[in-house]
Amino acid sequence: MIEVAHLTKRYAGRTAVSDISFEVGRGEIVGLLGPNGAGKSTTMRILSCYLAATSGTVRVAGLDVFRQSDEVRRRIGYMPENNPLHYDMRVREYLKFRARLKGLTRRRSRERVDVVTEQCGLTEVSRRMIGQLSKGYRQRVGLADALVHEPELIILDEPTIGLDPNQIRAVRQLIKGLGGTHTVLVSTHILPEAEMTCHRVVIMYEGRILAADTPENLQKLMSSNSQVIAEIAAPATELRECWIQMAEVEQFDVSALDGDYFRCALTPRDGLDLRPHIFAVVREHGWTMRELTRNRHSLEDIYVRVTRPDEEDAG
Amino acid sequence: MRTWCTLTRRELAGFFLSLSGYIILAAAVFMMGYSFVLLLVTLQREPTPMPVTEVFYNTQLFWLILLLTTPVITMRLFALEKFSGTFETLMTTPVSDLQVVLAKFAAAMIFYAVMWLPLLPCLLIVRHFTYDSAALDPGTIGSTYLGILLLGGFFLSLGCCASALTRSQGVAAMISLVFGASVFMLAWIADQQPARASWQAQVLACFNFFDQMRDFVRGVVDTRPVVLLGSLSLFFLFLTLRVVESRRWK
Repeated sequence: MIEVAHLTKRYAGRTAVSDISFEVGRGEIVGLLGPNGAGKSTTMRILSCYLAATSGTVRVAGLDVFRQSDEVRRRIGYMPENNPLHYDMRVREYLKFRARLKGLTRRRSRERVDVVTEQCGLTEVSRRMIGQLSKGYRQRVGLADALVHEPELIILDEPTIGLDPNQIRAVRQLIKGLGGTHTVLVSTHILPEAEMTCHRVVIMYEGRILAADTPENLQKLMSSNSQVIAEIAAPATELRECWIQMAEVEQFDVSALDGDYFRCALTPRDGLDLRPHIFAVVREHGWTMRELTRNRHSLEDIYVRVTRPDEEDAG
Repeated sequence: MRTWCTLTRRELAGFFLSLSGYIILAAAVFMMGYSFVLLLVTLQREPTPMPVTEVFYNTQLFWLILLLTTPVITMRLFALEKFSGTFETLMTTPVSDLQVVLAKFAAAMIFYAVMWLPLLPCLLIVRHFTYDSAALDPGTIGSTYLGILLLGGFFLSLGCCASALTRSQGVAAMISLVFGASVFMLAWIADQQPARASWQAQVLACFNFFDQMRDFVRGVVDTRPVVLLGSLSLFFLFLTLRVVESRRWK
């Protein structure tokens, strides 16, 4: 659906995006992740035909965004950052205006406005002025606007920014519901959001792509040397003996806890999952175990690691 | 065409649903009313062979209205949308840059025309009470309005261009006011200079908008100012279009 090849965008004296390439398949939900100023918004503005690239090619549904911009814009629903709206219009009036601009006939626009009003939960405020709505409702109006002409590709720039947790959940649900029938490209700097809603994540930093994969694969990449924590009640010496003998353990650390319990932090060799081995040992000796966890790297760790490599090394 | 209509309607709604629109209208009506009073005073003093429209023009308030209202009308067109960010949502719909520029200009033009409507009853009232002592016929009114619209079109296209250049409405208004005042000064210099045969003087004489407007209020429609003002408006609209397009090659 989206093919970006060697895209570069330079503003006067500053490179916002430098030589990035990625692809998004039809029906996918892809997250653009990165700190502020990483080039996410610029990439999205180029995709939505608002800005032109300095070099490189960008195609949406096989069409060039610069040469066939009209055709591309017909296929895209775009919600910019901060979701700008005409505050002096009523919700329904605004959506109709937008539908007409996007080339829908009068009748079709009326039908579609009804559908998206329902879909985005705007029915009860459809006659209110946009300026009087709460932030959450305004965000939904922006989403409804992006959806109103049934675009193949939906581009959302930070759709959940400034919302309360309930509203964030509602917006995420909505985005999730769009997958399959629509292709969605959503940018965010909130990690759990990408983890929860996206099939694939593209991490950007200073105008470059650092990593692009599914959230699971990125986690796998990180979990290769993840520690396992076990809290076991057993004689300390026996415990140490046991870990020394276990070939799969590369490093271990045993510290005393309350009562008879010891906390064992074990680092596996070659990214193995140690948990079954530990359980087998505990059962064999007849010890008591009250906790067994693997430090699961969240996307957050990956993000921090790829976006701030220097600090990670220093720490 | 359909998109253009939708856009124009939206822009007009922007004018008529905002307080600033009514402030402009009120200010214009006030100045027109004032010129109406001046006109009556002039007519009371002595009967004149001039058409009422020319007496109105001689009060000079026409220029004040033109110079002050056009920057205020046009300042919001692009600058406000750029400031609030709706320009981005607008330009990412399948509308062409030309449609946007023309729709905004058309809306400003319609608003400007509506603003001048109160002049009509003023003229008719004078006509009603003075009978034949002051000449006024539909042709003169028509040519007066033609002049008002042509000059207004030029100043509004200037304002459009200024508004497209910036994100701040204040800056847009200042730019168009300065340019408008410059045009006014140019016309004034052209008006002041004695008739000479040098080619510079002849070129400058083309920009004597005072004389041209005086012709219009007398009921004389000369094709030269029509073509000049029309092409100046088109030129500034073309510049506006280039400015709007520039985001794609900057």
